Amino acid sequence: MTVFWYILFGIISGILGGMGMGGGTLLIPLLTMVLKTGQHAAQSANLLAFIPMSAVAVFIHAKNRLIEKKALPPILLAALPAAALGALLALKTSPDKLRIFFGIFLIILGSAYIFKKKPPE
Amino acid sequence: MGNCDKAGAEKGGAVLTRKQKALLFLGGLAAGFLCGFFGGGGGMAAVPLLTAVLKLENKKAHATALAVMLPLSLIASVFYIANGASDFSLLLPVGLGVVAGGTAGALILKKIKNRYIAKIFYALMIIGGVFMLFSGN
Repeated sequence: MTVFWYILFGIISGILGGMGMGGGTLLIPLLTMVLKTGQHAAQSANLLAFIPMSAVAVFIHAKNRLIEKKALPPILLAALPAAALGALLALKTSPDKLRIFFGIFLIILGSAYIFKKKPPE
Repeated sequence: MGNCDKAGAEKGGAVLTRKQKALLFLGGLAAGFLCGFFGGGGGMAAVPLLTAVLKLENKKAHATALAVMLPLSLIASVFYIANGASDFSLLLPVGLGVVAGGTAGALILKKIKNRYIAKIFYALMIIGGVFMLFSGN
């Protein structure tokens, strides 16, 4: 039965992700709050589930020349080591604390987006 | 750099200005850290970064953000897996759902105006965040 919920939550967050609204930020709380998945395992599942999906999307977008390639080097130069550092810090943080940080992160993110006047088309 | 700065500042300019590179670097630090620490949400930082610094249109910003997030998710995943923080039993069903839902979402995106859905989603996100603060196990 749990498998059913895994698939359903995957679909829901996939739909939002596909629409460009940050599906991962939905998948993680659904897994932790409804199915009691550990905070770290939920975050890891979101990261891994994102990979095949975005690999396909990136391939298609690259073909359609929608990727601004020149932006990638300066961003990734900083982002790759920062992601490694973030992951290491998360792994050293207790699940309870990490969940609270994640809650604060969601509140900030949701507020920033909800009060944004008009999304650029 | 003076002349280059001006030329590059034009929309779709061939080269990035030094300032744009610096801003992208700083934004990259934030997006990377969020991705690693929270296991997601980096894209929600990368999209506004790209629209603000490079004035990219929505579609291009999303596509480029995905291209940023893909290697970040890979590297972060390596650390989570190496530390035994992953639960592989939920990976297959969740992954299948995400791929199916993602495909559907990408198709829906073209057909409906999603501004109001987005507002509702962000409201739910805030509520979810509040719940997470108080849902100690």
